[in-house]
Amino acid sequence: MTQETLKPQEKKALIELLYQLADDDFLLAFRGSEWLGLAPHIEEDVAFSSISQDMMGHANLYYNLLEILGEGEADRIAHLRSPNQFRNAIILEEVNGPGTYLKEPDYDWAFTVVRNYFYAVHKHIRLDSLRHSSYEPLAEAARKIMTEQYYHLMHWEIWFKQLMTSTDEATLRMTAAIQKVWKDFGGVLTLGPYYEDIVKANFIDDENVMKKRWNNKIEAVLKEVGASYPGEPRMERGNGRNGVHTEDLKQATSTLSEVYATNPATGW
Amino acid sequence: MTVGMSFNQLSEDEKMTHFLDRINAGEKIEPDDWMPEDYRLQLIRLISMHGISEIMGALPEKEWVPKAPSLHRKLAIMAKVQDEMGHGQLLLRVAEDLMAPLGKNRHDIMEDLFSGKLKFHNVFHMDAPTWGDAGIIAWLVDGAAIISQSMMLDSSYGPYARALKRICAEEVFHAQHGESIILAMAEGTPEQREMLQDSLNRWWESLIMFFGPKSAKETGNSNADKNIMYKIRTKTNEDLRQEFFTKYIPRIWSLGLTIPDDTIRFDEDSQMWIYKDADWSKFKQIVSGNGPQSQNRLDLRRRSYKNNEWVRAALAAKKAI
Repeated sequence: MTQETLKPQEKKALIELLYQLADDDFLLAFRGSEWLGLAPHIEEDVAFSSISQDMMGHANLYYNLLEILGEGEADRIAHLRSPNQFRNAIILEEVNGPGTYLKEPDYDWAFTVVRNYFYAVHKHIRLDSLRHSSYEPLAEAARKIMTEQYYHLMHWEIWFKQLMTSTDEATLRMTAAIQKVWKDFGGVLTLGPYYEDIVKANFIDDENVMKKRWNNKIEAVLKEVGASYPGEPRMERGNGRNGVHTEDLKQATSTLSEVYATNPATGW
Repeated sequence: MTVGMSFNQLSEDEKMTHFLDRINAGEKIEPDDWMPEDYRLQLIRLISMHGISEIMGALPEKEWVPKAPSLHRKLAIMAKVQDEMGHGQLLLRVAEDLMAPLGKNRHDIMEDLFSGKLKFHNVFHMDAPTWGDAGIIAWLVDGAAIISQSMMLDSSYGPYARALKRICAEEVFHAQHGESIILAMAEGTPEQREMLQDSLNRWWESLIMFFGPKSAKETGNSNADKNIMYKIRTKTNEDLRQEFFTKYIPRIWSLGLTIPDDTIRFDEDSQMWIYKDADWSKFKQIVSGNGPQSQNRLDLRRRSYKNNEWVRAALAAKKAI
């Protein structure tokens, strides 16, 4: 399918899917960028900031696909929507920990590793499906993104396994982080209210198929590191794909748009 | 082996003469080569300060990473701060090799930073309150860094010279990224131009300070002279500052910006820029950790170092799965 051959209902579903893909990467890239200079060691600062930069680039690719579909300029889409127009999963907007990136950041590395690893596993599954998307520009973007995402997944998997199998303190912190992420990770695994139209048009695989892949993979990894699989992840605070969000998203979008919003019409 | 044994039999003075002959002949000194203790200490001082400045230098720009005013600018500034962190890592590795025979490592570098013993560059102690500052830092601070680092591309210490080659190549992109931000603002609305001029006013004295005092008498420090003797560097602070003026003042003027120094002019007779010198007592205060953002930025690092202690312990204790 191309832009010209999309039927109106398909276009609507495609736009919804693209917002999910773009906003997921945009918000997690932002949370990652807040870590710069605060990571556990300098080598990690270098690696993590490279990953965040890649992810911001992925968001940019998706926003550009939305621009082509008539959603307005990519910069406007990224910076000027109100929080209820965002389609990212709630767990991805959550702050890194107490404090802000400018003042007294008591960020939680265990939470960051777990959230990023679980997300990277899902993103990999999602991209693997999107490579065969019926919408050719999306399939092409997915193929491009996948070459970078391969390393992100590897990076977070190493962190996850190392911290799950070292000191007692690390295991405790990681276990607590898994429990925290589990409460809302279901939001990442859903395609939201337009799910049927999205799947019918073959933009991406059925969410149940991808969910199963994710659960199988995570269950196996947890077993490998001697942890138990807590059952399907939940969506306790609501579905971000429906525009349900927390205060953390408001804080994120106002930071992200602080300068742009002063004058969106001018060049920066 | 024979050569090594005979070298070991030389007196300290003879070793020193041999060493100076080598650097004067343009040879590179490598980590395992004999070097006078003083040379090693000068290198450790210079390179750990340079490395930690790259790392602390990521912090003022990081303030603007999420706020960068377009997706394109966000991507560019993310790439830039990532580069800076990479430069820091590269340089600290060079410093660590030099420190190893003294029984010191990365942990000592971080502790020295936290205690104030290891200083970082004056510019990174300053406030960066607007997006204009992100532009000025990338354009002029990185521009100044290119000038001072290019001089050391032929440094007598091989690992440092090689690290600088890569660093300088990336800094050129940073300065272009900065220039692009500056151009957009200079051609933009009156508010944008005003923001830009404010930033320039704020950063000018820091830029004068960037290259260090004209001579030892301003700060009572003669490291620059020593480093010239050792061929670690080749130009004086003032040579570098003049080069900076020659390269950037015409560009600043061509954008219609005003330099906040009404005495600045090029003197045809001496072929030098005449300018208002910085307040060097203020400089000493700033680099001693009393600049407007010194303690805030150090606190960010101290706090994260402490918060992540458990992570480093976990990595050190790693069991095989």
